[in-house]
Amino acid sequence: MPAASSVEIRKVNKHFGSFHALKDVDLSIPPGKVTCLIGPSGSGKSTLLRCINFLEEYDSGEVRIDGQLIGYDAPGKKMSGRKLREMRRSIGMVFQQFNLWPHMTAKENVAEGLIRVRGMSKSEAEGRAAEALAKVGLADKMANHPSRLSGGQQQRVAIARAIAMEPKLMLFDEPTSALDPELVGEVLNVMKTLAGEGMTMVVVTHEMGFAAHVADQVVFMEKGELVGVDSPDRILHHPEDARIQSFLRTYHERNSF
Amino acid sequence: MEWSILQQYGPSLLKGFGNTILCWALGTVFGMALGLVIALIQRYAPRWVTWIVQAYIEVIRGTPFLVQLFVLYYGGPLVGLRLDALPAGLLGLTIYGSPYFAEIFRSGFRAVPHGQIEAARAIGMSELNIVRRILLPLGLVSALPALVNFSIILTKETVILSIITVPELLYQVQRMSTETFRYLEANLVLALFFWGLVEAISRVGHRLEARITKHLVERT
Repeated sequence: MPAASSVEIRKVNKHFGSFHALKDVDLSIPPGKVTCLIGPSGSGKSTLLRCINFLEEYDSGEVRIDGQLIGYDAPGKKMSGRKLREMRRSIGMVFQQFNLWPHMTAKENVAEGLIRVRGMSKSEAEGRAAEALAKVGLADKMANHPSRLSGGQQQRVAIARAIAMEPKLMLFDEPTSALDPELVGEVLNVMKTLAGEGMTMVVVTHEMGFAAHVADQVVFMEKGELVGVDSPDRILHHPEDARIQSFLRTYHERNSF
Repeated sequence: MEWSILQQYGPSLLKGFGNTILCWALGTVFGMALGLVIALIQRYAPRWVTWIVQAYIEVIRGTPFLVQLFVLYYGGPLVGLRLDALPAGLLGLTIYGSPYFAEIFRSGFRAVPHGQIEAARAIGMSELNIVRRILLPLGLVSALPALVNFSIILTKETVILSIITVPELLYQVQRMSTETFRYLEANLVLALFFWGLVEAISRVGHRLEARITKHLVERT
């Protein structure tokens, strides 16, 4: 496992037109730890996550990965595409909709980045892809196209695609939200394994159980602001802020029967 | 009906049909290639370049093919562009088809889910690789039915080339008609040839479609 990255977010702002999606967000993500971002829809969790690998271009402030500013060379001066790609190589990302490439098999999906980005030979890349797929429990599905995989399997392929690149930081954007309930567990288990290996992980999630058991730090966001940043226990079991209390009350009501 | 004259005119009709297929095939291939380039320019070039390209699309789509051919073949020499009938016809077909093909490719690209492009960006793939490995293969799949459809339309546009004396099928049919007054037979032959060609293209298209979408369709 390569060294784990840390992320420093300072005074980050993001607008979509006139909508202020992130308001002066400050957050430290320690290396080798799991940080869960929770909060209501539209609170800016995913936007903040996507700023970390600059899929979303923040307007002002700084996002630093291991001290290095991402997206800009200096305030207001965009980084070159080459430099940005260089930085993204060590940041893995997993999406809500999996976003596998449907014309490639599971193995080809994982090998693609190794060949095109890491410059590996096809055979070397496929060997590495097989290892990564075995790690997520899909050794027997390597030749399947995504159309022949369940949602949970597709998401595990997506995780394999990311970890095969040997990232130092993994971003998860609601990785289980598009899954049928019975398939959520298999994906969370793979994520727990990763966390246990000391990967820095930032996870946007509605899985409070995962946040409670696996996270080292839980961040509650609302309306583009960080409302609370604390241990899972303090945020999920003893929240002081009324907004967090109300969010959790709704959550419990919806999930109790 | 007097089919015996076909013995006399058969070879020239076949030759005409050969030219029709040649004009159609090359015009389609070049038109598609130009259309693809236009669609990529529209997606990636700076704003002012896309405006120029958009103007080209509007002008070509907004004018009749016949007029474009006249301008090219009879107007071309005025600006030093002297082409024989066949190359002029091919160039004309290429230009005429390109904006339609460009629009088909553009919509094909738009059908590629943005998330799949983002997934490639997130692992650090270059834009060139994203186009080659993700956007083109997936965009082509969505574009294929419309591409085949417009290729079929183009088969029938080739008859217009007869007006600038390209010796394609209609040209030969008209020669035969005026020499023998057997209009019905000549035109029936023309209809039959075109029907066969269109049928063949559409079958190949369907097969191709079935083949490339094999892995993309979710099966339960």
